[in-house]
Amino acid sequence: MSGDDWLRKDRLPHIWCAGCGNGTVVNCTLAAVDEIGWQRANTVFVSGIGCSSRAPGYVLTDSLHTTHGRAIAFATGVKLADPSLNVVVITGDGDLAAIGGNHFIHACRRNIDLTVICMNNQIYGMTGGQGSPTTPMGKLSTTTPFGSVEPAFDLTELAKAAGANYVARWTGFHVKELTKAIFSGLSTKGLAFIEVLVQCPTNYGRRNKYRSVTDQIDYMKTHSVLKQKADRLREEGNELPEDTIILGEIVKRSLPAMGVRK
Amino acid sequence: MSRVEFWQGNTACAEGALAAGCRFFGGYPITPSTEIAEHMARSLPKAGGVFVQMEDEIGGIASVIGASWAGKRAMTATSGPGFSLMMENIGFALMTETPCVIVNIQRGGPSTGQPTMAGQGDMLQCRYGSHGDISPIALVPASVEEMYSLTVHAFNLADIYRVPVFIMADEIIGHMRERIEVPDKVQLSERKPVIDPTHPFRAGCDLIPGFPTFGKGYAVHVTGLTHDDRGYPCTTNPEMHEKLVTRLFNKVESVRDEISLFETINTDSKVVFISYGAPARAVEQMLHDHPEAQIGHLRLKTVWPFGERCLSQFPNAEVFLFPELNLGQISREIERHTRIPVISIPKIGGNLHLPQELWEITERYL
Ligand SMILES: Cc1ncc(C[n+]2csc(CCOP(=O)(O)OP(=O)(O)O)c2C)c(N)n1
Ligand code: SF4
Repeated sequence: MSGDDWLRKDRLPHIWCAGCGNGTVVNCTLAAVDEIGWQRANTVFVSGIGCSSRAPGYVLTDSLHTTHGRAIAFATGVKLADPSLNVVVITGDGDLAAIGGNHFIHACRRNIDLTVICMNNQIYGMTGGQGSPTTPMGKLSTTTPFGSVEPAFDLTELAKAAGANYVARWTGFHVKELTKAIFSGLSTKGLAFIEVLVQCPTNYGRRNKYRSVTDQIDYMKTHSVLKQKADRLREEGNELPEDTIILGEIVKRSLPAMGVRK
Repeated sequence: MSRVEFWQGNTACAEGALAAGCRFFGGYPITPSTEIAEHMARSLPKAGGVFVQMEDEIGGIASVIGASWAGKRAMTATSGPGFSLMMENIGFALMTETPCVIVNIQRGGPSTGQPTMAGQGDMLQCRYGSHGDISPIALVPASVEEMYSLTVHAFNLADIYRVPVFIMADEIIGHMRERIEVPDKVQLSERKPVIDPTHPFRAGCDLIPGFPTFGKGYAVHVTGLTHDDRGYPCTTNPEMHEKLVTRLFNKVESVRDEISLFETINTDSKVVFISYGAPARAVEQMLHDHPEAQIGHLRLKTVWPFGERCLSQFPNAEVFLFPELNLGQISREIERHTRIPVISIPKIGGNLHLPQELWEITERYL
């Protein structure tokens, strides 16, 4: 098998815009589930609502495309009812951190055996570009027409503080590292959270003066620093710029977990 | 064979669920339903099942729907405020045809209202509360025995029709204690098997598709979006939407007389009481106190879908008297189905109608 065999080919072409970062994350996810040797028959993809949440509909496994923000709560029921199933949640920044924030926190606290992959495009893509809890200060959206005045959420810090066993952040540019991180997430017993920064040229890029898809990818590339390096710089007394994107494994631990297959 | 117990209504509900094979409970504590969650928390692990206290009722019903797709009989229990929070996901269960049981031990509303007092104010909410054209099933127990037997029945109906089924009890029935004969065995139905795995949502003439349980290799896509027979989203085709929603509506509405359970007394009577839940007990007491008056009584056990056939059991009826613990919610539904005057006898605040009070009203019509 290869990642390709996991695609629900009769549903293609997908609905995503040209240049959207979501497809890359699906590729990396399917490469990882294939590599780890999971079977299609006992793997379930669960999502909420948003462009990102359409991903499970393109995967040839059982999949549950639920209500906005609630994917993790549905996935909790699936996993606890049948721990022999491998359950992956695909979500967006609005789905996970705004309307679904409470479910996210409590799933991390329970450390339930799910892999949660968040495609963070820092905007509400599906509904036409409204601000999200991860829209950086000053950035434009249809509901922050003068620049966002709210501080953005650091989703990895949130997951770490709430108790998840595995937490990592990458961007859609770092395909190899991302695939590895998803692989590590899938092998984690307990909650694994992988945040992926992705470009949304249609609703985020266009409003925030990225003239092309590559401009936005370049931005992510040039503004990101590996966690180890960031830690070292800070230890040496350096201050990192506000807009630094910290990448890599944020946490890997084995706190007691729930819903793990016996 | 059976054994005799002296149980609280909420205990009987939980025991009924366990007897029906319920092996998943996801919920959030709320008076006056909490004893059900507590009973399930104690009993489910011993029965090889799972209890999870979620972070809110939205998560509670979501986890129940997830567990149902993983193949478990699953339930949640709540009261008004939690029931309101569940509405969106109840619509999801209806759209995705997910069997599950939702118990509402009704208290006084609106809002936080009267947490410890009885009400029947959510009877229309359970029918119409989630958006879109829907047709769920709602059963109303009037005794501890029925808290048990109707809960078992609710799981069977949920699996047969692939819908969420409500137990719309009230604080009085949930908290009162009564003698109950608990059967050793209950009758259980099963979900229909899948006929065509490539079109898992294709239904036969009964309008009900087979259930493709997760983990069995069906690779089924389940979505709350309007979908075709394969389960694939198809959201801008008017015919597709009409076909799907009409089927979901009709699979319950077309069999409403089969689903509808009721009891009748004195069917020749000119003066007929209609009731469900706790007020039925007051009516029964009044009938008992005045046997000479030969007053009729129609007690509904199924309120939704409403099977109007039950009204024709009373061919001589000249008036229907209908006490409810709300301002006349189901009285209005009855009015849609009959030319006979329906006199609503509303009562809110937490007290039950007194038999004497009902008799005084009855006397005006004798
Ligand atoms: C209860 C509810 N509120 C609002 C919406 C409308 N809505 C659909 S998607 C969405 C935001 C999606 O943003 P995100 O989760 O970041 O996903 P993206 O589309 O950016 O991938 C909103 C607000 C909804 N479907 N349900
Ligand atoms: S709107 Fe943005 S997130 Fe949605 S598909 Fe288009 S590019 Fe992707």
